[in-house]
Amino acid sequence: MRIAGKGILDRSRTVGFRFDGRDYTGFEGDTLASALLASDVRLMGRSFKYHRPRGVMTTGSEEPNALVTVGQGARQVPNVRATVQEIHAGLEARGQNAWPSLGFDVLELNEVFSPLLGAGFYYKTFMWPKAFWESLYEPLIRRAAGLGALSKQHNDEAYEKAWAFCDLLVIGSGPAGLMAALTAGRAGADVILAEEDHRMGGRLLMETHEVAGKPGADWAEEALQELASLPNVRLMTRTTVTGAYDGGTFGALERVGLHIANPPADLPRECFWRIVARRAVLASGAHERQIAFSNNDRPGIMTAGAARGYLNRWGVAPGHSITLLCNNDDAHRTARDFIAAGVNVEAVLDVRADAKAEGLPLRPGLRIVDTAGRKGLSAIIVADREGKISRIPTDCLAVSGGWNPALHLTCHMNGRPVWREDIAAFVARPGMVPGLAAAGAANGTFSTQGCLREGQEAAILALSELGMSEKAGAVPQAEDGAVNLRAYWEVPKPKHRAWLDFANDVTTKDVRLAAEENFASVEHMKRYTTQGMAPDQGKNSNIGALAILADATGRGIPETGTTTFRPPYVPVTIAAMGAGGQGAGFAPQRLTTTDKAARDRGAPMIEAGLWYRAAYFPRPGEATWREASDREVTMVRERVGVCDVSTLGKIDIQGRDAGRFLDLVYTNTFSTLKPGRVRYGLMLREDGMVMDDGTTACLAENHYLMTTTTAAAGQVMRHLDFVKQAHCPDWDVRAISVTENWAQFAVAGPLARELLNSLAQTPIDAGTFPFLSCGTLRLMGVEARLFRISFSGEIGYEVAVPARYGAALWRDLVSRAESLGGGAYGMEALNILRIEKGFLTHAEIHGRITAFDVGLQGMVSAKKDCIGKGASQRPGLTGPEREQLVGLKPVQPGALIGAGAHLFDQGAEPISANDKGYVTSACWSPTLQSHLALGFLKDGRARIGSSVRLVDHLRKTDTVCEVVSPVFFDPEGGRARG
Amino acid sequence: MRINCPLCGTRDRREFTYYGASVYADRPAESAGPEAWDDYLHLRDNPAGETTDLWYHELGCAAWIEVTRNTVTHEISGTRLLTAPEKGGAK
Repeated sequence: MRIAGKGILDRSRTVGFRFDGRDYTGFEGDTLASALLASDVRLMGRSFKYHRPRGVMTTGSEEPNALVTVGQGARQVPNVRATVQEIHAGLEARGQNAWPSLGFDVLELNEVFSPLLGAGFYYKTFMWPKAFWESLYEPLIRRAAGLGALSKQHNDEAYEKAWAFCDLLVIGSGPAGLMAALTAGRAGADVILAEEDHRMGGRLLMETHEVAGKPGADWAEEALQELASLPNVRLMTRTTVTGAYDGGTFGALERVGLHIANPPADLPRECFWRIVARRAVLASGAHERQIAFSNNDRPGIMTAGAARGYLNRWGVAPGHSITLLCNNDDAHRTARDFIAAGVNVEAVLDVRADAKAEGLPLRPGLRIVDTAGRKGLSAIIVADREGKISRIPTDCLAVSGGWNPALHLTCHMNGRPVWREDIAAFVARPGMVPGLAAAGAANGTFSTQGCLREGQEAAILALSELGMSEKAGAVPQAEDGAVNLRAYWEVPKPKHRAWLDFANDVTTKDVRLAAEENFASVEHMKRYTTQGMAPDQGKNSNIGALAILADATGRGIPETGTTTFRPPYVPVTIAAMGAGGQGAGFAPQRLTTTDKAARDRGAPMIEAGLWYRAAYFPRPGEATWREASDREVTMVRERVGVCDVSTLGKIDIQGRDAGRFLDLVYTNTFSTLKPGRVRYGLMLREDGMVMDDGTTACLAENHYLMTTTTAAAGQVMRHLDFVKQAHCPDWDVRAISVTENWAQFAVAGPLARELLNSLAQTPIDAGTFPFLSCGTLRLMGVEARLFRISFSGEIGYEVAVPARYGAALWRDLVSRAESLGGGAYGMEALNILRIEKGFLTHAEIHGRITAFDVGLQGMVSAKKDCIGKGASQRPGLTGPEREQLVGLKPVQPGALIGAGAHLFDQGAEPISANDKGYVTSACWSPTLQSHLALGFLKDGRARIGSSVRLVDHLRKTDTVCEVVSPVFFDPEGGRARG
Repeated sequence: MRINCPLCGTRDRREFTYYGASVYADRPAESAGPEAWDDYLHLRDNPAGETTDLWYHELGCAAWIEVTRNTVTHEISGTRLLTAPEKGGAK
C-alpha cells in the first residue's frame, strides 16, 4: 500500500500496466516491483525447483525471486527482474515457472516430492537405465525445473554496441560514487558515472539520513545538477557495468529502450558498451543478506534495507504489520522509518542479547522457528527461552544478516578478496583489478560519512596517479554510525527447510549434504548444489552458504574461501553482446564493381572469403547450373568469355630492393624479371608448405604488381609485412594492397584479342604482346593495365582499370563478347576450365602440401634462399611416401566422381588403413565429355597410367579411375600462347 | 585487452592479429640443419610469467610488434616495433 507523504516519486503522473493478465496502475518512477507492492501484490514468482510461491526480496538487480517475463511473441524477454523493470504504458509482464497461473500452479506438486529433489538428486536418482536419461528424465526435469522460457522465434529488434573512453569510470552513484565523480569532475578529468538504476543516488534515495543538513535525496539531486553542468562528465543511468577486463576495459549494459512505451523502431532496446578507463572507482554498494530459518522464503519476507527502501523511495509499505529480524544496528532504521511513517511495527527480533533499540518493540529472548502463510506471510512462529511457542501475526518480515560489499568486479581478474571479521564479510584487496579502487559500502565502509569520504579519497588517488591536480573541498557532514554486527547465519535446528539461494532453491540442508558427501571444497559444493549459480551469481546467498559449509566442515570462513566471481555481473542478452551481428551483419560483405550487373542478369552469388562472386550467368531455357556453366566453358574454349577476377589480391611492391625481396618470398627468381614481363611464382610458408601461388608482373624498374589468390590475399599481405619488418627492415622496399583500387577482368578464348581490339585505341597483336607480357592499353580514353596471362588455357588477357571504371568496362566487354558469340562466365566455368588444365587453387594447396607434392619442386631455386626453403628440404617432405598431385579420369566417362572421395588400390578394402589419397577437385568436363578430378595419390607421379579405386562413402560411389597427368587438356599449352 | 602500438598509440586488441612467440622473428640460416629448423618452427616455451609475442597491427598501421606480456597477470609491460634497432632491425 502507498503511504501518504512518503517517497520521492511524482504522484501526479500515473502509469497503467498489466501483470499476469490484470490491469494495475503505478506512478512514473515505479519499478514493476514497487508498483505491485503498492497494489498489495506480494506473489511475483515461483521458485526454480519446488515452484514455491515467492515475493520480492530486494530493490535491485540482485533480486532472486521476482523474475518475470516481459513482452510477447518473438519479443518476449524472460527472467527480467521486477525490481529493475520500470513500468510504462503498455508494459505486459507475467510470472513464470508456473502453470496455469502464479496463484494456482500445478507443478507445485514438485514440493510434495521435495525429499527426492535435494542436492545431487539428478546424479543419484536418474542413473539407470542410461538411455532413459536423454529420452525421459532430462526432458521431464527440464520442464518442471527452470525459470523463464525463450520464445524460440527470430527477434528483429534493434540492439547496439558502443565504445567510450574516460579518465575515471565511477561505478555506482550512491554517496561514494557521487563524491568520487564530483571530486574528479571538478578537477577537470573526463568522468563517466555509470548507474544501474534509472535514477542516480543509490541508497541516498532510500534512506532518511541527511547529508550536509538536507535530505540525502536532495543533496544527491544538487550533486547531479552540478555534475550535469560539467562538460567533462558523462552521466549514464540504466547502465550496469558487467565486467572488468585487461587494460582498463569494462563491459557495460545500458537499457536504452526497455522503459519506453512504443519506442521508435530504430531505438535500440539495449546497448552493450566497452568502456576504456584509465582509472576506475567501484562504488557499487553492498547487498544485504538473509538469515536462514524454517520457511524463510514466503512472499512478504524481504531484506530490511529493501523494506525501508520501498517506503522511503517509492512511498510503499510492503505490509500492514511489520516485523524485523536482524543481527545489527543498521537494520533498526527499518523499524524506525516505518514507525515514523505511521505503519505498525509488531516486533523486533534482534539475535544479539545485548541489543539496544530505544522506542522499538524489541522482543529479547524470542527466537524465530517458523513462518506461516501459503501464498504470503501471515505470521511468524517464535519460541522463547523455555521453548514455548507463540505466533506473531505479520505480513512483512524484514530481515538483515548484515551486508556484503558488492565487490564482484574486483574479482573478475582472478583476485581473491579477504575476510573482515568486524563486518563478517569479504572485502577487496587493493590492486586486484589494476587501476580499480573500491570505495564506500563496496569497500566495507557502511556509514554515509564514510562513503562520502572514501569516494573523495579514491578520486584523489586516481587523479594523482593520472598526474592531475584536485581541489577537493571538505566532505559534507552525514551520519557516521557503526554497524555493530554479530555474525549470525542461521537459526539452529530448523524444523523445515531453510533457504540460502532462493533463485536456485538451495537450502542449508543441501549444503550440509554436500559437505557430508565430501563435496567440501567451496567450488565443489557450488556445483553439487547449484548454490550461487545462474541468476544469483553469488549475490545473495554466497556468504551464507559459505558460513554453513564452514560450520559443517569445521573450518573457518576465511579458510573455506569464496567461489570465483566471473563476468557478467548481471545477465547480458546475447542480442546486446552480439549487436549488429545478426543476419547480413554477421560478416562484412565485399562486393565487386560488377556485382549489380551480375545480380541483374540473375547470376547466383558464391561467397569467396568476404567477397561475393557470380557463380554463372543463366540464359533463357537453361534449367540447371550445369547447363549454364557447360555453355560458358564451351564459349571460352571456342569463342570468348569475360570473367570478373577483381577479387584476387593485388599487392603493389616498389623500391630498389623490390626484386631481391621477391626472391626471398618466392621460391623462384624474380630479380631477373624484365619490365613488361610477368612470371608465375610459388610462395612457401616457413615450414615448407605451399602458402600461395600467383603471377607477379614487373610494371617498371623496381615496380612490381603481385597477384595472390582471393582466399590468401590477407595472409600474403600479412606475410610480406612480416618478412620485410622481421628479416630485411633495412631494405628499400614497400608493399601495399591495391586489391580494391583496380577492377580486373579476364578476357579468354580464341577471340580474346579481337574483343580487346574492338575497344583499344591502339590494337595489340600476338607478336608485340606475347604470352606472359604486361603493359598499358588505352581503352576509350582510360589507361588500363593489360596482362597476358591465362587461367583457362586459352588465349587470355587480364585487363585492369581503376575501380570507378569497372562497371562501365564490364558492360561494354560483355556486350561485345556476346556479339562475338561469347559472353560472361562465372566461378563454376572458371573452376572447370582450370581443372581441365590442372591449375591449382586452395582446394589443392590446402596447407599440408609441399612444392614437391604438386610437382613444382623445380621451381624452388637452388641458387638462393627463400622463405620455406630450409624446412622444405626436411626428410619426409620429398619422396615416394608423399601423396602427389595427379589427374583422375573414370574408366567409364559417365561415372560420377566427387571431391572428398578417397583412393585405394584395386582389390583393397576401402578402409582408412588402406587409404592411398583423396580427391581435391572434380567436375564434368564439357570439353572432354568426361568427369575429371584432381587429387593427391601416394607416389602418384610414378603411378600415372595405372588405375585406382575411388570410393566416396558419403555419396556412396565406387569408381575405377585411370591415373593421368593433372593437365587433361592441351598439355603442351599451345592454345594459351597463340 | 589494449596494446600500445609504438606508431599509433594504445588500441583495442581487435585491431591486432596474434602470431605466437617472438622467437619466430629470429630465422635460422638456410644451412642451419634440421634440428635448428625444428626448434625454430615447432619448439616454444610456455612460461607462467613474462613472455614475448608477435602481434600485427592489421587494422592499423601494418606494423609487426613485439609485445612483452605476463601470462599470469595479463599485464603488458612493453611493446616495440620489430624493426626497432635493438631488435636487430634497421641498422
